[in-house]
Amino acid sequence: MAKRIEASNVSSYYGSFKAIDSVSMAVEPKTITALIGPSGCGKSTFLRSINRMHEVLPNARIEGRLTIDDQNIYDPDVDVTAVRRMIGMVFQRPNPFPTMSIYENAVAGLKLNGVKKKAVLDEAAEKSLRSANLWDEVKDRLDRPGAGLSGGQQQRLCIARTIAVEPQVVLMDEPCSALDPISTLAIEDLMFKLKDRFTIIIVTHNMQQAARVSDKTGFFSIDKTGDPGRLIEYDDTQKIFSNPTQKKTEDYITGRFG
Amino acid sequence: MGDNPSRSVNATAGDLGVTNNGHAQGAGSGMSPSSFEPPLGGGGALPKKTRFSMETGFRGLSTAAGSMVLVIIVAIAVFLVSKAVPALQDNTANFLTEKTWFPNDTEPVFGIAALAFGTLLSSVIALIIAVPIALAIALFLSHYAPKRLATPLGFVIDLLAAVPSVVFGLWGRDVLQQPVREFSVWLNHYFGWLPIFGGEGPFGQSIMLGGLVLAIMVLPIVTSLSREVFQQTPGMNEEAALALGATRWEMIRTAVVPYGKPGVIAAVMLGLGRALGETIALALTLGITFNISFNLIQNGGNSIAANIANTFGEANSTGRGALIASGLVLFAITLVVNMTARAIIYRRREFRDSAA
Repeated sequence: MAKRIEASNVSSYYGSFKAIDSVSMAVEPKTITALIGPSGCGKSTFLRSINRMHEVLPNARIEGRLTIDDQNIYDPDVDVTAVRRMIGMVFQRPNPFPTMSIYENAVAGLKLNGVKKKAVLDEAAEKSLRSANLWDEVKDRLDRPGAGLSGGQQQRLCIARTIAVEPQVVLMDEPCSALDPISTLAIEDLMFKLKDRFTIIIVTHNMQQAARVSDKTGFFSIDKTGDPGRLIEYDDTQKIFSNPTQKKTEDYITGRFG
Repeated sequence: MGDNPSRSVNATAGDLGVTNNGHAQGAGSGMSPSSFEPPLGGGGALPKKTRFSMETGFRGLSTAAGSMVLVIIVAIAVFLVSKAVPALQDNTANFLTEKTWFPNDTEPVFGIAALAFGTLLSSVIALIIAVPIALAIALFLSHYAPKRLATPLGFVIDLLAAVPSVVFGLWGRDVLQQPVREFSVWLNHYFGWLPIFGGEGPFGQSIMLGGLVLAIMVLPIVTSLSREVFQQTPGMNEEAALALGATRWEMIRTAVVPYGKPGVIAAVMLGLGRALGETIALALTLGITFNISFNLIQNGGNSIAANIANTFGEANSTGRGALIASGLVLFAITLVVNMTARAIIYRRREFRDSAA
C-alpha cells in the first residue's frame, strides 16, 4: 500500500480563473506532507486536484500532469471513481452521513463498492475504527447515529470511513480546524500511526501542527488577491521551519506576513 | 410608583451622565458634539420596563389567532356531527357495510363501503403511477439537469399544479378517455385472465382513467416538494460520497435519497391527501357505480367526494345528512393517512435531529 504522488506543472482553474499556477512536487510513500500558506493561496485546490474532487465543481479543470506511481491520474481512460477509492479524502468539517449509524458510516465506502457479506463488513468496521483510535469509544453503540458523536469523534469516524476502503493515499483538508486542541492532538497521534500504511498529504493553517506531524512541507502563497497561488518552497519540514531558502517562507513562518 | 423615580427622571439622569462622559472623552479624542445623545446602551439608572407595548399587543394577537384555529375546527366538527347523526339514525342499513346510496327514499338505505373503497383505490392507483415519475423528475432537476434547464422546467411543473381540477376533469373525459379505452381493450384481450383487467366492457370511464387523471394532478406537488428536499442535501455529504469513489447515482443513493426520505414521505402523503379529497375531476371521469371491484378498466368506480358533487343537488335533508356523514368518513381517512405519515417521519427523528 501507499503510493508515490507526483505533480508536474499542475495549474487548476475555476472557469477562467486560475487558482494555482504550475505546481510541481513529489510526495514519497509513507510520509506526511504538509501544505501551508495564507488563505486563498490554492493549497486546498491543489489537494482536491490530486483525487479529482476539483472537477466536481462546475467548470473546474486542471492543466499539467499528476501521477500516482507513474500512472496518469487524469488519463481520459481512467475511471474517476477508482482514482477516488485509491486516493481517499478527509474534509475540513466532519461530514459523517447523517442518516447512517456509526457502523454504517464506517463501512459506507465498502458498501458502495459492492461488499455485502456481513462478516467482511464487521471485520472492516472494527479494523478501521481501531485504526482511527475510535473503537474503544464507540464499540458499545455502533448502531447509534454517527452525527451524534462529538466533533473530534466524528472526524475520526470520517477518517475510519476513508481508510476502510484501504486507499493508497489519504488527503486531509484542514482536518483539525473545526476541532478543539484535545481532539486535534488525537488526530495528530492518529496521523503518525497511519503513516506506516498510507501516504498522507495534509493542508493546515496551523504551523505548529505542520512542524509537529509532517516530514516535508510545501509553502504556497499568492502575490495579491486574484493572482494564482504558487508553490514557493517545498523541502524537509525541519529545513522549512529552521532555515528556509525563500524570504517569503521565512516571513510567513515567523508571522510577519499572511 | 411610590418611592421609585419616574422614567423621565431616569432619562434625565442618563443624559447628564453621558454628557459628562462626552466631555471627558472629547478632551482626549476630539469627539464631535453629537455624542451628547445618550448611547443605546444607556447611562445612569436602569429604566423601568414599559407595561403596555407592541410586545404585549402582538403576543395577544398571535395567541388569539392560534386559538381561532381550534375554535374553527371544533365548530366544523360540531356542525358536521349534528347534521350527520339524524340521517344515520334514519338509515335502515348498516352505514359502514352497505354499498348502495339511496338516502332520499322514504326508507333511506345508504352506506359508505363502495365509496370509501373507490376513493382509496383511485388514490392508490394515482400514487403508484405518479410517485416513481415524480421522484425521477425531482432527482433529474436537482442533480442531473444543468441549471439553465432545471429552473424553467421546475417552473413548468409548478404551473401544472395551478391548473384547476375541473380542467383536468374535462380534459380527462374528452381527450384521455379514448386512448385509455383502446389501451383497456388491448389489456383485456391479452391480460384478461388477471381479475384487474377482466370483464366484458364497456371500458374507458374506469378507475384507470380516474387514477391517471389524479396521477397528473398529484405529480407537481410530489415533484416540487421532493426536489426541494433533495436540493437541501448538505454538499459536504455529497462530496463525502464522491470522495469514497461513488458514481453520481451511487452518491444519490448514499447521501441524497436517505437524507430526503422523510421529506419525500411527507410529499407523497400530501399528494395522497390531494388525491383522496379530489372531487370534480373524478366526478367527471369515473363511471359512477356502487360496487366493490378491483377491476381497473371496466366503466365504473366512484369516490366519496365525487359522490357528494354528483348527488348533492337532488338530496333532501336526510340525503344531505348522509353526504355529510360520508364527508366525515373521508376526513377520518385523511386523518389516519396523515398520522401514519407523521409516525413514519418521526421514527427516524433521532438520526435527522442529530444531523443538524
